[in-house]
Amino acid sequence: MSNLASDPVLPRPQSRVWRKFRHHRSAMFGGALVLIFVLLALAAPILPIPDPAATDWGAIRLAPSAAHPFGTDEIGRDILSRMIWGARASLMAGVVSVAIAIAVGVPLGILAGYFGGWTDAVISRCTEALLAIPFLILAIALAAFLGPSLTNAMIAIGIAAAPVFIRLTRGQAINVAAEDYVESAHAIGLSTPTILSRYIFPNVLPPVLVQSTLTIASAIIAEASLSFLGLGQQPPAPSWGAMLNTAKNFMTQAPWMAWWPGIAIFLVVLGFNLLGDGLRDALDPRED
Amino acid sequence: MTLRRILLLAALMGTTAMAAEAQTLRIGLESDPDALDPDKSRTFVGRIVFTALCDKLLDVTPELELTGQLATDWTVSEDGLTIDMTLREGVTFHDGTPFDGEAVKANIERSQTLEDSVRKSEVSSITSVEVVDPTHIKLHLSAPDAPLLAQLADRSGMMLSPASFEGDVAANPVCSGPFKFKSRVAQDRIELEKYDGYWNAEAIKLDGVSYLPIPDSTVRLANLQSGDLDLINRLAATDVPAVEDNPNFAFAKATGLGYQGITFNTQNGAMADNPFGKEAKLREALSLAIDREAINQVVFAGLNAAASQSVSSVSPYFDPAFPVPARDVEKAKALLAEAGLEGGATLEMQFPNRPENQQVVQMIQAMAAEAGITIKLTAKEFASMLSDQAAGNFQSSQVGWSGRIDPDGNIYGFVTTDGGFNDGKYSNPEVDRLLAEARATSDEAKRKELYHQANVILMTDLPLFYLYNEAWLYGLSNKVQGFTAMSDGMIRLENVTLTE
Amino acid sequence: MLSHLTRRILISIPTLILISIFVFALQKMLPGDPVLALAGEDRDPETLNRLREVYHLNDPIWQQYFHWAMNALRGDFGTSIRTGLPVSEMILQKLPVTIQLAVMSMIFAVLIGIPAGILSAVRKGTATDYLANVVALSGLSIPNFWLGIMLIMLVSVKWQLLPASGYVPLTDDPWQSIRTMLMPAFVLGTALAASLMRHTRSAMLGVLRQDYVRTARAKGLPDRTVIMHHAFRNALTPVVTLSALLFGELIGGAVLTEQIFTIPGFGKMIVDAVFVRDYAVVQGVVLVTAIGFILMNLLADTAYFLLNPRLRVG
Repeated sequence: MSNLASDPVLPRPQSRVWRKFRHHRSAMFGGALVLIFVLLALAAPILPIPDPAATDWGAIRLAPSAAHPFGTDEIGRDILSRMIWGARASLMAGVVSVAIAIAVGVPLGILAGYFGGWTDAVISRCTEALLAIPFLILAIALAAFLGPSLTNAMIAIGIAAAPVFIRLTRGQAINVAAEDYVESAHAIGLSTPTILSRYIFPNVLPPVLVQSTLTIASAIIAEASLSFLGLGQQPPAPSWGAMLNTAKNFMTQAPWMAWWPGIAIFLVVLGFNLLGDGLRDALDPRED
Repeated sequence: MTLRRILLLAALMGTTAMAAEAQTLRIGLESDPDALDPDKSRTFVGRIVFTALCDKLLDVTPELELTGQLATDWTVSEDGLTIDMTLREGVTFHDGTPFDGEAVKANIERSQTLEDSVRKSEVSSITSVEVVDPTHIKLHLSAPDAPLLAQLADRSGMMLSPASFEGDVAANPVCSGPFKFKSRVAQDRIELEKYDGYWNAEAIKLDGVSYLPIPDSTVRLANLQSGDLDLINRLAATDVPAVEDNPNFAFAKATGLGYQGITFNTQNGAMADNPFGKEAKLREALSLAIDREAINQVVFAGLNAAASQSVSSVSPYFDPAFPVPARDVEKAKALLAEAGLEGGATLEMQFPNRPENQQVVQMIQAMAAEAGITIKLTAKEFASMLSDQAAGNFQSSQVGWSGRIDPDGNIYGFVTTDGGFNDGKYSNPEVDRLLAEARATSDEAKRKELYHQANVILMTDLPLFYLYNEAWLYGLSNKVQGFTAMSDGMIRLENVTLTE
Repeated sequence: MLSHLTRRILISIPTLILISIFVFALQKMLPGDPVLALAGEDRDPETLNRLREVYHLNDPIWQQYFHWAMNALRGDFGTSIRTGLPVSEMILQKLPVTIQLAVMSMIFAVLIGIPAGILSAVRKGTATDYLANVVALSGLSIPNFWLGIMLIMLVSVKWQLLPASGYVPLTDDPWQSIRTMLMPAFVLGTALAASLMRHTRSAMLGVLRQDYVRTARAKGLPDRTVIMHHAFRNALTPVVTLSALLFGELIGGAVLTEQIFTIPGFGKMIVDAVFVRDYAVVQGVVLVTAIGFILMNLLADTAYFLLNPRLRVG
């Protein structure tokens, strides 16, 4: 990093962004939070923890102890183990649904922004219509349509989140298409697919990256919300949202059942939000 | 009038106004009732509201025997084709119009002819209502119909003021019950106020009652604990200690008439083509693999009752010949082997995505695994589950039934060939015959024998089996006195008081 | 300006038609027969069929749509198949509830978000800045339903300070009404405060760099005056715009918060209706909330024009 500072030529924008990002304290803190959970989720199969589905009817709703550091749940399963395995479901829900939203939203946004005219009108009106329907209502309707399961919850959240990406990429694509270098690419006879993939796509990516970190955060909450309504991860597999859904029925007898997944969701979502925020600051040329 | 008298009067008015406010009982329900029209109502919570709002021709005692309400006396003719009823005198509807034979006739005809009436099938055996004089009527039936009297003790027997038929009944129901309709905000509250002209007005100590739908059981309990509600319906079994241990609250319980069980798809379409759909033996193996008492203890703190048959232990029709099957994993494995499935069998099971059902099926899944049965669980949203079930899109289903007073209501529709709830399309002509005969017989002993014979067949064929009878659990503030929990799950407000 | 607004309004028309088609398509998409879902324990096949006839469920979907759309234009959204009450009446009953919740939530959001945003811009790069950022984002990161249940347990059950749930109309008892809605409004407000804080911060940073602010500072005006008078006023535009947009989203109902606190607003109404397949209610409420959302967007746009003198001239 230090050699960059003494470099006589202007630093490449990417490295400038990276440096700003590296020095963004809250972003680094958020990144660390996310990293811890990702590592835990990945390590779930090799960690010395009990089977998350193993029941023990002689040990239901036990408070945290040495044998069960996080306590046990309503049918005697180890909560720590379910938290770690549940991290997989919750992180997956966040990442996969945003991947779906990007896969749907970015191409449509580029099409609308680049071609304009009727293509734009049709895509934009549909986007606006979807945006006017509350996000969670849309996700609930889609999840009910597809049937309750984690996969379907991810698809539902992904589709419901796509309009945001469409609008974002459309705006970005319009700006980029008006740049001189795109005009000249046209002039020298480059094909539309080439222009789209070589110039437009890379330029819409940075804001999409910021948006996706923030959307992962809300997607994790959305999965928890759908689970809360019984439309997410299905038993006996754990997810934090599903665990919270069950835990709310035992708030008086076993409050720890609700504490752990609540805290975990809070931390990981906070992590993604701080990360996204840091990225936005780093990519914003006005902020130095 | 002197100043002192004015002040005194004002003070008096002030106290009465305060007392009136204090005498409204606030009840928390688990969901928002549907249309408040007895001919259109379909929900259980709706029936709870109607208990205070609309009197019926008959009612049931805590021992589940029929008793008079708007009818004081009734006799069924020898051939079972006529029912004579004597009506209570001096009853008026909430709009002041008198209740009489013509009103009964008009109400039954409304149940039969209203375009979107859901009562039609319940009163279909009535061919005509003959008004002998204002206090005597004769119901003429096309065939003997033993469950009919029980229907007349439920929504089919609820009497609306005929003068209100023209208006929008659901928005402003006019009945003759102890409380009259005041207002309703959907999903928020239904408010009723005391009807001063009630025929049994001295038994009604409350000035009003509000029903508040609060779906989440934790939040419902929180409202009781914070003093925002006086009585909550459907207290969660696991929350009972929280209520019992606190001197400010009381808990009431009655074993219900309903059950939860597992229904199999035996003959409804392609999905029935699975080992469990074809082999009664495998269904028995699953039944034997389940420890019903353990489910009751773990999920319901032992407050429900393990079940073996369609009627609950509180029903006069409970048959002691069928005890709760004890868990027998070895026998279950042997049955699997007999069916040529030593290596294990797999069954798909759907269940409603509600926390208690979810706990129950997860326990069943773990228990069945020990007997070599792998259960694949699919949670379904209730609306989807019902239509999947009707369409035969299931192998097995964990479902329940809230229960009826007459045993017919708990079994006929579920196992007879054309029964409305027979989603597995089980069909056995002998069962059909026995249950039809039990319907047409009014003698209790004879009916018991017929149900016994049908049960002998059903326990072998096992198109469905039973897990537990739910108990109705209530949490009460100790300000509420005189409340008794009843097996039918209805909240009766006679002699209930609220002290400050 | 006027022509821009007219254009926006004209564009809203196809959007609204699309929304109505989407919502109507739900009826075909969602599994589960509304009649069966509502029949509950009275499932006589003959009754079910008759009910389908009564509610026109056997007609082709386009015919049902046309019928519904024609009535909707006259403000008649049909009858709830569950409660038997007219949908437009139900919506009118719930409108004040939703608006009260939205307004009270916005008050919380503004009270937390804007001061935090100003503070963090003025003290950019200091510990205060980071702290304000983390606190604001925390509000966004706590699942609403979890915070809601925790608050009920603590504030209502343990301390007995506020009612646990429900709704009291403002006209019946204003004090009780506000008390009842305090917790849900706080839960929603904390979630919105984060976006407001972010936008206030970056708008303030933009303005603080401007020459006139530097001049004001150089003139020796006290910091307080510079920040509130010169900087914040000019940073207000994006903040007001965002507030209008957030308010538009709130009109759509706060689904889970309303569910937990049992508030009979739009969010709870739609969700309950989706689960029992009460399509007339879903269609009516979604259409009305979408109109509300679009109106708030228009308002945000207008505010942007009015508050931004440069745009007004151009």
